Amino acid sequence: MIVDFTLITDSIPKMLMGIGLTVELMIVSAVLGTVLAIVLLLMRISGLWYLVWPSVSYIYVFRGTPILVQIFIIYYGLPQFEVIRDSIFWPILREPYGCAVVALSLNTGAYVSEILRGGILGVDRGLGEAGAALGLSVRQRFIHITTPIAIRLAIPAYSNDIVSLMKSTALASTITLLDMMGIARTIVAETFAPYEVFISLAVIYIIMTFFIQKGFGRFEKHMSRYLKKEA
Amino acid sequence: MTENGQQPVIVLENVDKHFGDFQALKNINLTVNRGERLVVCGPSGSGKSTMIRCINRLEEHDGGRIFVNGKELTGDVKDIDAVRREVGMVFQSFNLFPHLTVVKNLMLAPKLVRKAGKAEARETAMRFLERVRIPEQADKYPAQLSGGQQQRVAIARALCMNPEVMLFDEPTSALDPEMISEVLDVMVDLAKDGMTMICVTHEMGFARSVADQILFMDAGEIVEMGPPKTFFDQPKNERTKLFLSQIIQH
Repeated sequence: MIVDFTLITDSIPKMLMGIGLTVELMIVSAVLGTVLAIVLLLMRISGLWYLVWPSVSYIYVFRGTPILVQIFIIYYGLPQFEVIRDSIFWPILREPYGCAVVALSLNTGAYVSEILRGGILGVDRGLGEAGAALGLSVRQRFIHITTPIAIRLAIPAYSNDIVSLMKSTALASTITLLDMMGIARTIVAETFAPYEVFISLAVIYIIMTFFIQKGFGRFEKHMSRYLKKEA
Repeated sequence: MTENGQQPVIVLENVDKHFGDFQALKNINLTVNRGERLVVCGPSGSGKSTMIRCINRLEEHDGGRIFVNGKELTGDVKDIDAVRREVGMVFQSFNLFPHLTVVKNLMLAPKLVRKAGKAEARETAMRFLERVRIPEQADKYPAQLSGGQQQRVAIARALCMNPEVMLFDEPTSALDPEMISEVLDVMVDLAKDGMTMICVTHEMGFARSVADQILFMDAGEIVEMGPPKTFFDQPKNERTKLFLSQIIQH
């Protein structure tokens, strides 16, 4: 086959018109998802069965089902219920954008919660004991000792998850949103040239991944500055 | 006050501790008076660490009673925190907070627990860093210090809370040989100042010169206890003799 370079140079700027939406979906879902993750985490480590149990089930369900299925349930499934249509959530769930953000946040929340828990479990037990021996309360130890160290330990996995979230935003195109993937699909529908268009799109996603990883790499370096042997 | 005018700071009465089916402490009875220096030795797994960890409730005893400064250790969180404020502890693995500089390691508990102001906490911290002879390391992170320096910081950190008693859980066992004496020197200084101390250690030279009493444990029991001279020169129990011959052999 012959690669149509003019098509590539024409379609890249068009697809980039959707980068704003892609980035927005990613950032809004990352923030909301992380907040949800922290709530789930606190429930999970509370030691109270009526908080632990819902948190564990939630994480199990959202990690155990495809995100595309979750998006479809929220977008196509929920409006079937009158209660939903009458509820205060309807203005959000009526819009495909709202549905995409809700689905991506709920999904990210489940994953990030487990990532943060991993960070907490990775903190040396002796540090908590040292805090206890100094008379710090459980809460003080959690805030001043466990959390700062757990965050550092969680960064690499968290960074992977944000990359994964960024790629998942492409699924928003399945519910009519015109993010980069949505635009690409429109172009392909008009030109019947999936090869050029999707390869160009893939390159854009790879470049975005590169910058996200780079950013988190710096953050990790900053958070690990105290581990260096030399000042 | 007891009849001989001594004030007991730590009292253990018939203390038991189990880990599952394993009994780590069997009917431990012990009194440590104010200003007394007790060295605890014994083979690994004999219950030495478990015993001192029970004193500030890093382990929960499951039989008998423990009193610190007249206060009984129970499950009550308030009592536990109150006791922990009076008892300083130094760990084998230092357990400095890696994300805080040396001086901030020392300031954390006074600020959070004693509600000391920043300036006051810093001043106290610097005073104790001078006492362990490393004020110049104040703004470094623990990872930038040698093991001996880290352990001295850990001692200073415990002292900042002004404890009645200091517990040492094998403070020199994780150190390179050339760093052991700098830590022991600090501990000797503390002893000279009249600090009540319980040290789990295998440093027999330190035990001989500093301890008022040496306690030998084996299999969760106190086998023998006495002043250093009697303990080293005329041990009564066969297990003590065996232990001493093993550690002094080389």
